Parts: sequence; structure tokens; C-alpha cells
Amino acid sequence: MKSAIILFPGINRERDMQRALTTITGIAPILVWHGDSELPKVDLAVIPGGFSYGDYLRCGAIAARSPIMKDVHAKAARGLKVLGVCNGFQILTEAGLLPGALLRNSELRFVCREVKLIVENAETFFTNRLAKGQVLRCPVAHGEGNYIADAETISRLEDGNRIVFRYAHDTNPNGAIGDIAGVMNEAGNVIGLMPHPENMIEPLHGATDCLPLFESLKVAA
Amino acid sequence: MKAKITITLKTGVLDPQGKAIEGALGSLGFSGIENVRQGKFIELELAETNESKARAEVRSMCEKLLANTVIESYSIELA
Repeated sequence: MKSAIILFPGINRERDMQRALTTITGIAPILVWHGDSELPKVDLAVIPGGFSYGDYLRCGAIAARSPIMKDVHAKAARGLKVLGVCNGFQILTEAGLLPGALLRNSELRFVCREVKLIVENAETFFTNRLAKGQVLRCPVAHGEGNYIADAETISRLEDGNRIVFRYAHDTNPNGAIGDIAGVMNEAGNVIGLMPHPENMIEPLHGATDCLPLFESLKVAA
Repeated sequence: MKAKITITLKTGVLDPQGKAIEGALGSLGFSGIENVRQGKFIELELAETNESKARAEVRSMCEKLLANTVIESYSIELA
């Protein structure tokens, strides 16, 4: 599993992701700058969390239109696996690679805490080592994670089994519709989620619940 | 030519900031507020002098970047 991590100014979770991918897949990811026009030959491109462009205009809006994203679009259309975490998820929705949008948390506060994450679809490149319905401890850290889409889009997501993760209802940190925490595109090769699974894989994180997510990447490669 | 763009969340999209403002105005004693929507205001200075060309250009900017039409609507005023 060869991977690349795309860097935008203001991204700050790339090292956590780098460590997770290196430790679990055994190959260090290639770091790619947003101003580059081409991704290296990899199986997976990851857009990590952070605050690209200081969240100016809208979270992820500016990053979604940067030069490298053209190639992400082109390669995703040909099957490249793309994973977006937190700001990465926001960037993927802004880029039109995933449906819906992330609004300000319903309580208007930045939320940094642990949630219970339910695996809704265990047949994706990021969840194939888990079982449907499995509950994972996972941290979240965001101010705008309130997932929304129109009713038609939501039913398309439901019918297509494209809601990959939900928050256990009593731990929904942001008011997301249907407790949606992560979704995928129609082809299943682009996944975005608000929580930070890369921060729940080592004993020092408090638990290793999210380790199988990264192990899934090896199976999928 | 100057373009003034107002961007707000679409009707039907919950606006938690608008709700918080509504609550704060109420607690200050302002009554009779039926709804508050918060949005963004963007002002552009354009070299273009033809109004219909400018409007088309600004609309394209709104569709491509300035507004997220999944959740936001926009209006353009030229002066």
C-alpha cells in the first residue's frame, strides 16, 4: 500500500497520519504539496485534518480549489482511493468529490472529545477488517462537523449503503443529520469522515480501537 | 464597477449562529424578532464596466468559489 499525504497551508494533523500509515502499512507515505500538479503513483491519497487556509471563506473551500486537486479529481475518477479526515472531509465535500456539506456545530462550540463511532458499512477499503455495527472509541476535534445534505441526497446515501460511519446517537458531537460521521462516493473509492481514527491506534492514545481501519488499507491494496 | 455579494444559508438549512443571535437579542429585550439569518458580505472591485458581463462573471465566481450552493444562496448587487 503506497500512499501520499496532501499538504495545504494550515494543515496540522499530517504527522499523526504519517505515523499511522508508516507504522501500519510499513511504507512511509509521500508528502505532496498543494501547489504540485501531479500526485505520485500511489494506491491511496490522504487529506489530513487541520485548518487549511485558516478556514477562510468556508472550511476547506480554498484548499478544494488548489492545483493538486485537479489531479485528485482525475485520478479518483479512475479509481484512486482517497481518504479525507476532518478538514480533509470538508475539503472533499467542497471539491465535489463527496456529497453534502459540513456546517457549524449545532452547539456553536469547537468539540474536542471522544465519541462512539458505529461502522455502518464494513465492505469499504477503510473498514473491511471490521464488522457492520461494530462500535469504536474515536476522538473528534472540530468546530464545523455538522453534516448536512438535502433529503434526496441522504436517501441516495442510505440506499447505496454509502454512510460508512455514524456517531452513536448519544455521542453525536455536532448535530449531524442522521448522526452521519463519514460517507463515501458512489464508486466507493473516496471516503471522508470527521473523527480522527489516526489518534486511536496506539496504547498511549488510550485505546487502539481504530487500528483495524488502517489495517483494512493493507487488505484493500 | 463594484459588486456586492450577500451569501446566506439556504432557507431550510438550520443556521445555529442566526439562532444564537436571535436568543441574544431576545435576552437584551428586543422583542418581535421572528427569524435571524447570518451570512457573509463580499465586495469586489471590478475592471469590467459592462453590467451584464460583470454580473455573469460574478455569478460564475459565486458558483465556483464564493458560495457553496449545496447549503448557501447568494445575491449580487452591482454599483
